[in-house]
Amino acid sequence: MAEHNHHFNPAEMEEWYDFTSSSKRKLIIGMLAGLATLLIGAFLVSKGLGIGIEHAHEHAGHAGHGHEAHHGLPVWAKRVVANLWMNAEFFTGISVIGMFFVAIQYLSWAGWSSIIKRIPEAFPAFLPFSGAVMLILYFAFGQELFHWRHEGIMDPESEHYDKIIAGKSWYLNNAFFVIRTVLYIGLWYGLWVFLRNLSKQEDEIGGTEWWYKMKNLSRAFVLVFAVTSSTCAWDWAMSIDTHWFSTMFGWYHFASWHVSGYAVITLTVIILKEKGYLHSVNENHLHDLGKFMFAFSIFWTYVWFAQFLLIYYANMPEETIYFRERFSGYGGIYKAPFFINLIMGFLAPFLWFMTRDAKRNFTFLKVGACAILVAHYFDFYQMMMPGIMGEKGGIGLIEWGSTIFFASAFGFVINNQLTKLSLVAKNHPMLEEAVHHDI
Amino acid sequence: MDTNKRFLVGVYDDDDEVMAAVKAVRSSGIKIHDVYTPFPVHGLDKAIGHPRTRIPMAAFMFGCLGLLTMFVFTLYTMAIDWPMNIGGKDFYAFPDFIPPMFEFTVLFTAFGMVFSFFITNGLWWGNKAVIFDLRSTDDKFVVAIDTSSNQKSEAEIEKALRDTGAIEVNVKEVIEEEA
Repeated sequence: MAEHNHHFNPAEMEEWYDFTSSSKRKLIIGMLAGLATLLIGAFLVSKGLGIGIEHAHEHAGHAGHGHEAHHGLPVWAKRVVANLWMNAEFFTGISVIGMFFVAIQYLSWAGWSSIIKRIPEAFPAFLPFSGAVMLILYFAFGQELFHWRHEGIMDPESEHYDKIIAGKSWYLNNAFFVIRTVLYIGLWYGLWVFLRNLSKQEDEIGGTEWWYKMKNLSRAFVLVFAVTSSTCAWDWAMSIDTHWFSTMFGWYHFASWHVSGYAVITLTVIILKEKGYLHSVNENHLHDLGKFMFAFSIFWTYVWFAQFLLIYYANMPEETIYFRERFSGYGGIYKAPFFINLIMGFLAPFLWFMTRDAKRNFTFLKVGACAILVAHYFDFYQMMMPGIMGEKGGIGLIEWGSTIFFASAFGFVINNQLTKLSLVAKNHPMLEEAVHHDI
Repeated sequence: MDTNKRFLVGVYDDDDEVMAAVKAVRSSGIKIHDVYTPFPVHGLDKAIGHPRTRIPMAAFMFGCLGLLTMFVFTLYTMAIDWPMNIGGKDFYAFPDFIPPMFEFTVLFTAFGMVFSFFITNGLWWGNKAVIFDLRSTDDKFVVAIDTSSNQKSEAEIEKALRDTGAIEVNVKEVIEEEA
C-alpha cells in the first residue's frame, strides 16, 4: 500500500490486557448464576417439574428397560452429572483447539495470524480445570455415564453380563481409561506450557530462534493430537453408546470441536477489538477467521454426513440404532437437538458467511459465531444425552445452568491468562506481514 | 470494422510510487484504463476504481444450477423413469443422492467460474492480447490511459504522469478488431 509503514516498530505493538474488576465480577456472577440455575433445575426435576420429566413419568410404571434398570442415582442427579460431563468435554475441546490453531499457524508458515495468535494461545489454560472436572466425574459417577462401567457387565457370572461389551474390556477398563484421560490432558497441557514459555522468551529476548523452536513444538503437538483427538473421542463420547462404533467418529468429534474453537477465537478477538485492544487487527484478519469458520462448518458437515450416509445406506440394525435413538427414539425428545445441530451447524454458517462482506462485518461474524456455538453445543448434547439419559433427558434449567457456569469459568480463566503476556507477540518474525495483511 | 484507440502509457519503476501515482492521477480527474504490474500489488484494484467483480454471484448461480441439475437427474432416473428398490428404501431416498448433488454443485461452480473469468477478461482462444509495454512482465509498472475516454488533453495527462514519477510516457495505438 502507498501508506506502507516503512518504519515498523515492534515495540509499539506491545499491548497489555487489563482484566478489570468489573469484568471479573461479571464472570463470577455468571458462574454463581449458572450454579444457582443448575441447582434450581435439579431441584425442579427432583420434584418432577423439569422439562423432559414427563417422559420419565410415562414410563415410571415399568422400570427395567435395557440398561436403564440398574442405575443408582436419581434422575436429577444423573442429569446434572451428564451435563457437567458434556460441558467439560465441550470446553476441553475449545481449549485444546486454541493450541491446535497456533500449531497449525506455525506449521503452515502463516504470517497473517501472528497478530492474533496470543488469543488462541491463552485457551489451553482452561485444560487443567475441565480435565479435573472430567476425572472427578469419572471417578465419582463413571458408572452413571458409561454403559461399560455398569455393575457386572463384564462378569460372565452376573445377570447383567454383556458379551459384546466384555469383548472390549482390554480397551474400556477403569485403569486404562484413567491413564488415557490423564495422558491426553497432560500431553496437551504440557506441550502448551512449553509453547507459552517459548512465546514469553520470544517477547523478552527476541530473534527468530523462538519461532523455529515453537515450530518444532507444533510438530510434536500435531503428531500427538492426530492420535489423541480421535482416541479421546472414542473414550469420552463414543464409549457412552458402548455397543455402537463408527470409524468416522473421531473426525466428526474433532470437527465439532474445531469449528467451535474458531468461533470462540473470532468472538474473543472481536470483543477485545471492541474494548479498544488489538489496534492493528482489522477486518482483513477477521475475514480470514470468518473463512475458517465458513470452511470448517462445511468440513464438519462433510464428516457428519460421511458418517451418517454409510450407516444409512448399509442399514445394519446395530449401526442404525444410533440414529434411530436420536431421530425418533425415546419419544422423539432428541429430534429437535438433532436438527437444530444439523441446520445451524451447516446451513446457517454456509449461507450466512458466504459473501465477502459478511466475513468482514463484525456484527455478522458475532452472530454467525454464536450460531456455530449453539449448533455444536447441541452436537455434543445429542452425542451424549441419548446414551446417558435415554428417555429421561431434556433441555431445561440444568442444561442452561451448567453451560452458563462453564462458559463463565472458561471466560474467567482465559481473561486471566490473557493478562500474562502482551496481547500481540511483538517479536514474532512475521508480525509486520500481519500488520499489512490485505485481502 | 476497425477502431483505433490511442493510449498514453506511463512507466514507473516502483510499486509504492505507482500506487501513489494512480491515486493522484485519478483525483485530478483522469480515468485510468488499467495498470499492469509484474506482481500483484495489494489494494491497487481499489485505487484504480475498478467495479467489484461479480464472479462470486456467478459462482453461486452456477452452483445452484448444478445442484438443481443433479436433483432433477436423480429424481427422474431413480424415481420416475426406472424406479429401483435399493436396500428396501424409498425410490427417492434423498440422502443417497446428496453426494452426486454435491459433486455437481462443485463441478458447475468450478467450471462456471473459470469460464466466466476467461470471458470477462478476454482470455478466449484467438483473442489478441494488448501489450502496452513488454517490461510490465519484468520490472516496470505500467499505467495505461485511454485518451479518447478522457476530457483532459494529452499534454495534461502526460504532465500528470510525469509529475507523479513516471520515468517514461509513451503513446500506444491499439487497433481493436471487431468481428
